[in-house]
Amino acid sequence: MQRFKQLALATAVAALMGVAGGAGAQVSDNVIKIGVLTDMSSLYTDLAGAGSVAAAKLAIEDSGIEKKGYKVEIVSADHQNKPDVGSAIARQWYDQDHVDVIVDVPNSGVALAINQITKEKGKAFLASGPGTSDLTGTACSPNTIHWTYDTWMLANGTGTAITKAGGDSWFFIAADYAFGAALQRDTTAAVEKAGGKVLGGVKAPLNTQDFSSFLLQAQASKAKVIGLANAGGDTTNSIKQAAEFGIVSGGQQLAGLLVFITDVHALGLKNAQGLTFTTTFYWDMNEQTRAFAKRFAPLDKGIYPTMVHAGVYASLLHYFKAVEALKSDDGTKVIAKMKEMPTDDPLFGKGSVRADGRGIHPAYLVKVKTPAESKGPWDYYKMVATIPADQAFRPMTAGGCSLVK
Amino acid sequence: MATPTPVAMTAAAGARRFALGFVVLAGVLALVPFAGIYPVFVMKALCFALFACAFNLLLGYGGLLSFGHAMFLGTAGYVCAHAAKAWGWPPEAAIAVGTLSAMLLGAAVGVIAIRRQGIYFAMITLAIAQMFYFFYLQTPFTHGEDGIQAVPRGRLFGLVDLTSTTAMYYTVLVIFLAGFAAIYRIVHSPFGAALNAIRENEPRAISLGYDADRYKLMAFVLSATFAGLAGATKAIVFELASLTDVHWTMSGEVVLMVLVGGMGTIFGPVVGAFVIVGIESYLSAGLTLGSVVIGPEWVTVITGVIFVACVLAFRRGIVGEWLAWRQRRRPGTPPDT
Amino acid sequence: MQALFGQLLIGLINGAFYALLSLGLAVIFGLLNIINFAHGALYMLGAFCAWLLLERLGVGYFWALLVAPLIVGALGVVIERTMLSRLYKLDHLYGLLLTFGLALIIQGVFNNVYGSSGQPYRMPDVFTGGYNLGFMFLPKYRAWVIVASALVCGGTWFVIERTRLGSYLRAATENPAVVQAFGINVPRMITLTYGFGVALAAFAGVMAAPIYQVAPQMGANLIIVVFAVVVIGGMGSIGGAIITGFVLGVVEGLTKVFYPEASNTVIFVVMVLVLIVRPAGLFGRER
Repeated sequence: MQRFKQLALATAVAALMGVAGGAGAQVSDNVIKIGVLTDMSSLYTDLAGAGSVAAAKLAIEDSGIEKKGYKVEIVSADHQNKPDVGSAIARQWYDQDHVDVIVDVPNSGVALAINQITKEKGKAFLASGPGTSDLTGTACSPNTIHWTYDTWMLANGTGTAITKAGGDSWFFIAADYAFGAALQRDTTAAVEKAGGKVLGGVKAPLNTQDFSSFLLQAQASKAKVIGLANAGGDTTNSIKQAAEFGIVSGGQQLAGLLVFITDVHALGLKNAQGLTFTTTFYWDMNEQTRAFAKRFAPLDKGIYPTMVHAGVYASLLHYFKAVEALKSDDGTKVIAKMKEMPTDDPLFGKGSVRADGRGIHPAYLVKVKTPAESKGPWDYYKMVATIPADQAFRPMTAGGCSLVK
Repeated sequence: MATPTPVAMTAAAGARRFALGFVVLAGVLALVPFAGIYPVFVMKALCFALFACAFNLLLGYGGLLSFGHAMFLGTAGYVCAHAAKAWGWPPEAAIAVGTLSAMLLGAAVGVIAIRRQGIYFAMITLAIAQMFYFFYLQTPFTHGEDGIQAVPRGRLFGLVDLTSTTAMYYTVLVIFLAGFAAIYRIVHSPFGAALNAIRENEPRAISLGYDADRYKLMAFVLSATFAGLAGATKAIVFELASLTDVHWTMSGEVVLMVLVGGMGTIFGPVVGAFVIVGIESYLSAGLTLGSVVIGPEWVTVITGVIFVACVLAFRRGIVGEWLAWRQRRRPGTPPDT
Repeated sequence: MQALFGQLLIGLINGAFYALLSLGLAVIFGLLNIINFAHGALYMLGAFCAWLLLERLGVGYFWALLVAPLIVGALGVVIERTMLSRLYKLDHLYGLLLTFGLALIIQGVFNNVYGSSGQPYRMPDVFTGGYNLGFMFLPKYRAWVIVASALVCGGTWFVIERTRLGSYLRAATENPAVVQAFGINVPRMITLTYGFGVALAAFAGVMAAPIYQVAPQMGANLIIVVFAVVVIGGMGSIGGAIITGFVLGVVEGLTKVFYPEASNTVIFVVMVLVLIVRPAGLFGRER
């Protein structure tokens, strides 16, 4: 009997957690339930995180969808950058909590898992956070739209634009894993196509603290441009140390291949000035983007919106339009409708969604201002060039997506 | 490590108690799909429970704290996922080869690691696991941070379609129960007794003629094997294998599971795994306690607080404290392990 | 060949950080027999202290070098008094687990309060610019890092190995009961030692602030490397930790030139080899 009690306790704990985890599920046809799956506790909290939830709320407000008789709910969760945690949440959301659409998901590993589950369950996934271009390539799905950016577009945009502007010899410092290799490969292709030369590269292990050794190699290569095929802390540390070693003042140019405005903010203009990279959104482009930023910042600890935040907002606006047009929130149908309808929103302007799920809009090559040029908080970028929408992203036929015939 | 010393009791009584507990546990878990409990959560918890039990075999009974056990979980996951996806192997073969890979890795690492004890042992395993982390990060077949995705669950023995959640659930349950029972058998075999003797007093065990290193190596390999079984099963359940499972924080997490549940107790790691996985799932969406909202961003801090609290005040863990409490109340009852 | 000189120097600079951190770990391990897993988090805390002092109070770099270690050291004293001291009678592994938990708490709190991408610490004006050595451009600050850490490491070594205070310390490591009997307050000595070891980590953190991003995770991965350095040097060996720190910095630097893919793992490979050949570490004694 004693034994039994002990077990009963153990299993009761287990049962409680399972049940409680699934609580809150209600069947209701007229509720559009949005799941914001993001990183709230680690690397990507600043560029996505709570800001993505805020962006989703603003999208609901601005779409006026609730006034049209739809009930909209938001749930959010932290995937902790673990694909298994993320996919367990997504499965539960779809199976039990009647979530109709998942948005954001920074971190490619988690996003690919969500992409797969969303397809299995016939729901909708608006990927704003992840970078991997596989989402519209070999892993493309009729239930996923990849909105904001991808690695191919960053590599191509930055590589082409800088080479054409005279930066025709490159050296890479690449993070030594699939992501860094893909960025380096795609940038190399773009540089060579634009008539430039790649002089060499060095593979730096992930989470390297000290980049000075790699920077010295880059300096010695005499390349005009040093391409940083890395992300997050690796990027900020390499930029900071490049300033210390006088690389930029020595005449070489730094090209970031994945940089967010929060990274620039974290570095400070003194360290980041002169850095060139591609983005699809900057808050200080026009009246509408500025108005959005003014409303957004107070909701996210004063952080100005990154392109990921903007993507969450814009992709949801488009999603609501498709839902209204269809009067249904069936995932597969809504995504198909979203691909049919042209996109038009205050942040990305007019555009479209391709058959492979790629959101199409212009991209911008920007250069970080010097401290003297900056006039106020978060006034960080100078627009260098606009890459038109039809050239910004990988041609549909080159991706290997099975939806493209 | 200092754990409540298991007091000897008659083998038959112990086995009866375990059998009863085992049957109840199996029965309750078998009812999960009918009870409205979300099965994916329980599957995840079961995989981690098996992982924690494997770890407990080494820590609770062998007295060896490995701080790199994630390498076995992750290696088996990668090998299993690769076999199922790239080679198209059926799930049972993929899980088998994943488990085997963890066993071989366990043998290789064990030979190096058991040369040292205590803190050295912990640090060596941690360092070797870190090497493997970088290896998996850089090698092409794991696809870096993307992980091996869309691993097919396939058909078990060509018969059972595992894409059905229920079928998958019972498969995981059977694997867990088999692993759990096997670990119990090992602990209560002559091998387990010898291992215990070595943990209690190594020089004395050696003077009695036990080859301590050989026993420790065996324990290490067995622990790695079961950890591998857990990792391989997890890869099939979640249809993916990722860097998370080889990162050193995962090694820390399993220590926490065993610590919370009660090290050196048979049921402790199971309880610990359910608690920790439960907290992780709970907090991922935030937790509301009255007017206080604890957001998901606090998950790391809360894990840390549990660690500190367990070490300072709660060293026996949930099951261990419960056994001790019962012991105090009814001194006549033989404690079980 | 010239490039190689540059890389050797860079390696030596990184080695200076390893030396400072592993020295603190070794001091703590020597007396407390505890692996201080929170060392990386406290290193981060040191860097954040410097940043907060500058941003909030306008206290500059050189004062931060003194004040931040004192603040973090005081925190270390509190940790030792309220938590670690309760674990001495138990297996040493509990100390490892406790500090592991503390590291999670400290890093988690800073991540939530100051964000994940970190904060920039301004390079002090004295150190802007650098020297052209012919074979490389050496930023002034890097030169300062080598000098300052060599001084601090040397000073610590001298105090522990060559002074009366140090001899008490070493004696207490061997046999606390006897030292206590001679009228020395051993528990207080232990507390102060932990505080000192932790202060060294904070010192390294302040040193790191101008060149690395001051971010909550900055010490999380570094700490495993530093452990490896201590294990290679021989646990508890003060001189061993210092020398190994510098040497491994150079080894790692060379790997970055000849086989960069392995530069993160080379230290662990060395560690495994050392443990196979000399289980107690290069400068350690079997206990």
